[in-house]
Amino acid sequence: MRRFLSSQYFVLWVSLLYAAVMAPFTPAFLSPENALNILSSMLPLLIVAAGQTIILITGGIDLSVTSVIALASVLGAMTMTSTSGNVVTGIAVMLAAGALVGLINGIGMSAGRMPPFMVTLATMMFFGGFAVWITKSKNVGGLPRNFNAIGDSLPAVALIAIAIIAVLHFVLSRTTAGRWLYATGRNPRTALVSGVPVRLTTTAAYVVSGLLAAVASVIYTGRLETGSPVLGQRILLDVIAAVVIGGCSLFGGRGTVLWTVLGVLFITLVDNTLNLTGVSNFAVLIAKGGVILMAALLDTVRTRYATH
Amino acid sequence: MQLTNTPPPLLRCDRLDKAFAGVRVLRGVSLEVLPGELHGIVGENGAGKSTLMNLIGGVHQLSAGWMEFGGAPYTPATPLDAAHTGIAFVHQELNLFPNLSIAENIFVGQHPVRRIAGVPFADRAAAATRTRALLDEVGLTTAAPDTLVERLPQGDRQLVEIAKGLNQDARLIIFDEPTTSLTNREVERLFTIVRRLQQRGIAILYISHALEHVLTLAGRITVLRDGAVVETGPRTGFDTESLIRAMVGRDIEHLYPPLPSPPSSPAKVLEVRNLSQPGVIENITFDLHKGEIVGIAGLMGSGRSELARILFGLDPAGKGSVRLNGAPLDGLPPRARIARGLAFVTESRRDDGLFPDASVAENLRIVHPASPDPLRMLKELHVAAASSEQAVGELSGGNQQKVVLGKWLLNPPAVLILDEPTRGIDVGARQEIYSVIASLAERGMSLLVISSEIEELIGLCTRIMVMAGGELRAEFPAGTSREDILRAAV
Repeated sequence: MRRFLSSQYFVLWVSLLYAAVMAPFTPAFLSPENALNILSSMLPLLIVAAGQTIILITGGIDLSVTSVIALASVLGAMTMTSTSGNVVTGIAVMLAAGALVGLINGIGMSAGRMPPFMVTLATMMFFGGFAVWITKSKNVGGLPRNFNAIGDSLPAVALIAIAIIAVLHFVLSRTTAGRWLYATGRNPRTALVSGVPVRLTTTAAYVVSGLLAAVASVIYTGRLETGSPVLGQRILLDVIAAVVIGGCSLFGGRGTVLWTVLGVLFITLVDNTLNLTGVSNFAVLIAKGGVILMAALLDTVRTRYATH
Repeated sequence: MQLTNTPPPLLRCDRLDKAFAGVRVLRGVSLEVLPGELHGIVGENGAGKSTLMNLIGGVHQLSAGWMEFGGAPYTPATPLDAAHTGIAFVHQELNLFPNLSIAENIFVGQHPVRRIAGVPFADRAAAATRTRALLDEVGLTTAAPDTLVERLPQGDRQLVEIAKGLNQDARLIIFDEPTTSLTNREVERLFTIVRRLQQRGIAILYISHALEHVLTLAGRITVLRDGAVVETGPRTGFDTESLIRAMVGRDIEHLYPPLPSPPSSPAKVLEVRNLSQPGVIENITFDLHKGEIVGIAGLMGSGRSELARILFGLDPAGKGSVRLNGAPLDGLPPRARIARGLAFVTESRRDDGLFPDASVAENLRIVHPASPDPLRMLKELHVAAASSEQAVGELSGGNQQKVVLGKWLLNPPAVLILDEPTRGIDVGARQEIYSVIASLAERGMSLLVISSEIEELIGLCTRIMVMAGGELRAEFPAGTSREDILRAAV
């Protein structure tokens, strides 16, 4: 029991247990099509959550990711549908938009010394509003086929996600930059005294988070075949819940992207099974809230059990 | 309460045992405290002093054993139980709300009320009157009851905590390292108050590393080692030597190593010129030579720690310049200063010295990640840790400090600044750290040692500078008397 509770893969076991319990109620759940479904909705979420993992490791939070998704979506779509635009400039604009919002977040925190929650809340509202404003709340359709193909191709999306996870895992576990990220989250003052460039590290983390949200936006926008100013608005809490369920501490210094993969798997499973039962969207939200609460409670119990 | 000729003990602890996660940290500790007695508890870090106090204070619960207070069984489940029974705890880190007034702190949770039409209102006037009386009793006559606690110096805050204990009719007050952050004058004042409390019949349990203080105050002394009582008896049976022997279990021959010989042609390593920051430090000018150990003495608030932080680039300097081996450091962040050969062991390991939850290995690697085999420092500095994967916060203060030293020494700096290098560290580890400091100087490193323990500076340094009011007031060669330094510091 103790080994089970304190296992790194605790969330994986819980996910499997959950799947086993839910399977009898949702006959479609175990079909191969549904497995692909789960994978396909999991991957872009995972890309955003990977960025959020880095942010949580530094002891921060990034609420602006969903606005980055919407902003990148409309800016990219507008670029690609303009006369001079093409797929490459479109994607470049999307990524640049994500990185820019991240940079603004980072500078607000390191130079402005404002708390992450406030800075990213402000950028979330500002850029979310901006995306709606410049499109006059209209979708931007007629995107190039080559662009849509990226999001539609599961192998391509999987490749992107795996590459991102692999690189982040390597950076976090094997490089000095990774050490700096954990050090900043554990105790920024000790980190500074120990020669860690705390402001640079923090800023870089938010730039990466913005970039990854923009990558997810490429996938979401391609799947929708439309630039939408409200794209991704509903996934913010899923992202944060997934990362925390994976085992990242909201207080910084603890977590890995591999844990986040498991957290995202769990959240996606919950979403998927509840949708398959055919209940209303709001009932899904209610149930999801309950399940997430249970998972968080289990995590607390487990942490207490492991340390005493 | 039973009546006998000798006064019955106020607190009786009988064969207390405490285990955390199967590790026994207290083994059969018995202790008696008489009314009006000051009972000193000494021991190295990890000897079980804090655990014992936490059992008495209701923070932790007994694994085995029995306690009596005032003749009745005493089984506190929470610190609140302890408070209601009549036990007050003056913590090392004071438990006051800095943003509340003195009166609000004293009456937190039980503010006097006045009923108007049956509705209770906070009776500020009554609280102020009572607070005034309590403050006068603890000798804090200058502070008004509505003063915010954050405006008070550290020593005054401690008196507020004592007043809070008196308000709860405490019959036993536990002091945990009460003098670590006090100025000498505040220590004197505390002693007067403590004696006054004793005269009122209040018993005191006094835990301290400052053996001279314990020897001055205590009627009886109990020595703990490895979770057990090794000696207990009247103060007259002890002196500093015998206490240390009992604490360490062996003789400490020489606490301080021989001073390193001054270099024949001293090369300037660190040149500080007119360094100023308004309201913090004023016109600081000095040189640090190769192989020197220079001490900085001064009272709390004299600007000594602030100077160190400015030298290391953690705080800005308004004016002046700092050169390390001829190259200017001005405006550089800590990272760049480290690369040029500066290192800084900060005053508080918990605040900015270590990542307590992270492993020993992780803590060692943070400054010089590319250094091969960082774990060699564990052996070189004799760090007692279960493994390099153990969380550094679980180690004793001395071993934590060795890890801090180790992370800097992986790539030996030209100048090492040490702020309170032995705070909260027991005698054995203290001696080891002194000898490390001396051998670093012998090998040509320059060291700047900041300490509020003047004896430490006298024993360790080749030169002592004294700061007061943000300025360098005086400089003394090795062998200066304590009195001369003190006189310059006030």
